[in-house]
Amino acid sequence: MSAAEPGPRVSRRFRLQWEEAQNAWVLLYPEGMVKLNQSAGEILRRCDGSRTEAAIVAELEDAFGASGLADDVANFLAMARAQQWIET
Amino acid sequence: MSGPNAAPQPGPPLWLLAELTYRCPLHCAFCYNPVDFATSGPELSTDDWLRVLREARAAGSVQCGFSGGEPMQRDDLEVLVAEAHRLGFYTNLLTSGVGLTPERAAALKAAGLDHIQLSFQDSTRELNDFLSHTRTFDLKQRVAAMIKDNGWPMVMNCVIHRLNIDYIDRIIEMAVELGAEYLELANNQYYSWALLNRDQLLPTREQLERAERITNEYREKYGDRIRIFFVVPDYYETRPKKCMNGWGNVFLTVTPDGTALPCHTAKMLPGLAFPNVREMGVREIWYESEGFNRYRGDGWMKEPCRTCPEKEKDLGGCRCQAWMLAGDPAAADPVCDKSPAHHLVTEALARAERGEGTAMPLVFRDPAASRRLAAGEG
Repeated sequence: MSAAEPGPRVSRRFRLQWEEAQNAWVLLYPEGMVKLNQSAGEILRRCDGSRTEAAIVAELEDAFGASGLADDVANFLAMARAQQWIET
Repeated sequence: MSGPNAAPQPGPPLWLLAELTYRCPLHCAFCYNPVDFATSGPELSTDDWLRVLREARAAGSVQCGFSGGEPMQRDDLEVLVAEAHRLGFYTNLLTSGVGLTPERAAALKAAGLDHIQLSFQDSTRELNDFLSHTRTFDLKQRVAAMIKDNGWPMVMNCVIHRLNIDYIDRIIEMAVELGAEYLELANNQYYSWALLNRDQLLPTREQLERAERITNEYREKYGDRIRIFFVVPDYYETRPKKCMNGWGNVFLTVTPDGTALPCHTAKMLPGLAFPNVREMGVREIWYESEGFNRYRGDGWMKEPCRTCPEKEKDLGGCRCQAWMLAGDPAAADPVCDKSPAHHLVTEALARAERGEGTAMPLVFRDPAASRRLAAGEG
């Protein structure tokens, strides 16, 4: 992550894209694809470097009328980091 | 639809492999292109390919591979990549690097090419010497530099066989030296030209086990610096691969003359008419054509597959291998040790152990040999 960016960003090794035919967000990489479930897609589409993790949680809670999503988001981001889907 | 024999409605053709041409400056003895490629009809035009890209994308394709032959031989490659990129494809170029100049690399980058897979392939007829052949290495080095300069991930592929498997350490070191982030060590699969040369190319079990051991040592040594994939040759397995992840399930190959296939070698299968993109749209090809529906689901299976508890796992293996070895495209893949034809695989392995046939000259892929083979002259 660049010093100017407060939050996580999808790695340059992957391309995040909405696929109408699959009704899903997907991560594309050389000769491969990860089809994301709805919550993974909703989190990753917000990982553009401009939002902090807390801001992502707040947006999701607002968008889906939910609360207490912080742990779920943190767990997913930890997995996404381990998979190198996101940078920092 | 319901019932055990019904083919489930497939998802979209996620993977489009565009085989742009059979022209190739190399003569690899393990090439998977059909042995009669030289008698293939005229290549699709630029406009044909642009239409195929649009139709496939509309049908849900998202990964697009430009392959061949050597795709750099098409001077409209940049135009096709640009359209694929504009349509939202993730674009992959599968090349030996021959013909890739800095100018063309820059044009491909500007067109939106996402990824180049660079093959280590023999640019000479001296297969045994190819690793020490400086011209090959110089070429790969130049191309590797272009790949880095353009910010593409560095993905290398090397087909592994009896004649190079003992140099696997040098292959890995060469990939590391060239800055590869991914290296696929793809053991030869025995189709087309590789089947003709099987006795010369099939490694012994000892060679294979040594190569796997060395690969694992290098994985430990280099860790995250390079990710090494080792694709085991299916002849050494007792269960078949789930070929193409299922017939007509994910993959759509379009050959240079426009034939649409569920895998790049399926054209060899008898009794199946595969559609041509000049005459039928991609959506209709994928969902409605006889060629794509024939081996979907499990209704076509015979024993031992039909009642096998593992049939969902491998879907009976590869239809082409069943045809080539057992003479029946609906038979179990003879790699499976439940297949009545499995002895054909174990006999080939026994010949490999004894080194039989290795003194025979390799048949190299070239148009003259292809025309001879197509005419049945062997």
